[in-house]
Amino acid sequence: MMKIQLTKIAHARSGDKGDTANVGLIALRNEFFPLLAREVTAARVKEHFRGICKGDVERFELPNLGALNFLLHESLGGGGTLSLMTDAQGKTFSTALLRMQIEITDDEAARLGLAIQE
Amino acid sequence: MKEKIRIAAGQGFWGDLLDAPVRQVQGGPIDYLMLDYLAEVTMSIMQKQKARDPNAGYARDFVALMKEILPACVERNIKVVANAGGVNVPGCAAAVAEVARQLGLSGKVKIGIVTGDDILSSIDDFLARGIELRNMDTGDPLSTVRDKIQSANAYLGAAPIVEALNQGAQVVITGRATDTGLTLGPMIHEFGWAADDWDKLAAGTIAGHIIECGAQCSGGNCQYDWQTIPDLANVGFPIAEASPDGRFVITKHEGTGGRVNVPSVKEQLVYEMGDPHEYITPDCVADFTTIQLAEDGADRVRVSGIKGRPATDSLKVSISYSAGFKAVGTLVYSWPDAYAKAQAADKILRSRLERLGLRFDEILTEFVGVNATHGALAGDPALDAAEVQFRIGVRGDDRAAVERFTKEIAPLILTGPPGVTGFAGGRPKVEEIVAYWPALIPKSEIKATVEILEVV
Repeated sequence: MMKIQLTKIAHARSGDKGDTANVGLIALRNEFFPLLAREVTAARVKEHFRGICKGDVERFELPNLGALNFLLHESLGGGGTLSLMTDAQGKTFSTALLRMQIEITDDEAARLGLAIQE
Repeated sequence: MKEKIRIAAGQGFWGDLLDAPVRQVQGGPIDYLMLDYLAEVTMSIMQKQKARDPNAGYARDFVALMKEILPACVERNIKVVANAGGVNVPGCAAAVAEVARQLGLSGKVKIGIVTGDDILSSIDDFLARGIELRNMDTGDPLSTVRDKIQSANAYLGAAPIVEALNQGAQVVITGRATDTGLTLGPMIHEFGWAADDWDKLAAGTIAGHIIECGAQCSGGNCQYDWQTIPDLANVGFPIAEASPDGRFVITKHEGTGGRVNVPSVKEQLVYEMGDPHEYITPDCVADFTTIQLAEDGADRVRVSGIKGRPATDSLKVSISYSAGFKAVGTLVYSWPDAYAKAQAADKILRSRLERLGLRFDEILTEFVGVNATHGALAGDPALDAAEVQFRIGVRGDDRAAVERFTKEIAPLILTGPPGVTGFAGGRPKVEEIVAYWPALIPKSEIKATVEILEVV
């Protein structure tokens, strides 16, 4: 098994709707998408953002774009003008998600052309 | 019917690059210029401006822009569609008409005026008739903030824009209209799409979504390969090149900076996305899981395959209301022990606020350089950090308490941890919070009106 950080296999953009942040996670190459879809579950994202996301995490799949969309409810300090946060619009939730590490087998890593890390 | 039309986006928000729309007009062929001026809080600002001056309440930048580009638009028959009217669409139209007269364009310009979105004066009538306008996010009834409401507007769709264009408007000015309607309207007008041709309406809607944030789809704020994106100083704003069959290409003018490719368009597609199966607008429900993207040469992305479904029976309403006060103060602590000093300052300040008996709904401390964007995910800060910014904000209904808080920041310089600076800006300002209340209203309650103002 090896660990790989999402920033090696995905890019992302995030935004806000009220107190909910949305993070669109996009595979850097289409063949990485099944890996994202399998590993980056709503539960894992909720755990990743513990202390930041106080509500539920919803996940939607867009295989046509090689992308996942996450809604992180109750994450922006009330949202919009109510929020006291530097990032009241959730703009940097995208890169925060890219910090996540996932585990894959050496075989799969080799098959996807992902360099050995660590 | 034209085989294709080019719709150029000129503003991603009120405050975007001032010369972007000028460059869209001058930089190459376009048929339409669409301009989005209204963020959620903008309407309440405009409502306040109108309360002070009945002639105000719209985006004045737009009038100045028209002065610059209207002659070229008339000469080349470029139509302008903008939600610049705010809470005073007729006032905005009158100002543009005056500019047109001054430019010697009398008899050559028709201005379409779209109204009917402003429902502020009807709120009590709605509530009395059982239209509750509950908050879509919290479920609370509007009566909980009734006496604090500052503005209320329904989001109009593409239909009244199409009507104004059909009547020959060179410039269409709306109040609260959906960003996507500003792009979809010209397509319906040019291609004669039926009101129930859901796939095409969805395609036009998604084209609007892609270009509505300006350069955010053409290289701006783009993570993918960002270091190689050329010449952002000269970034090209996006153009949707639409065809009658609903397919379109996203591109930008030749010779501009930035980049349009599949990754840059994907990033914008997922921006502010909810459930991708149902992107709901007044015009249709678009399904983002049907979008197909392909590169079509340099800085061109072809978009096809889009499916849509019938529109819902509701319109979204955006209500702004007064929600208390807030203030944010900052100080910068330097090496050595920058983070420890900033943390100590936070403890001291909070203790003083406590002793003063000040009560707030929320107090938030962030340490910029340590945890302000990624929280605990950022890990432990470097022990030898050159500096850390201490940032503390408070929010509450009691203006006097927030005001008192703003006077407690500067004293930390002489009465707190050493190595502190960064107070050149003076005391933080107390800000009145205008919050946003999203709701739904039956479409049958909203009547959009289109008038044509001929410049004589």
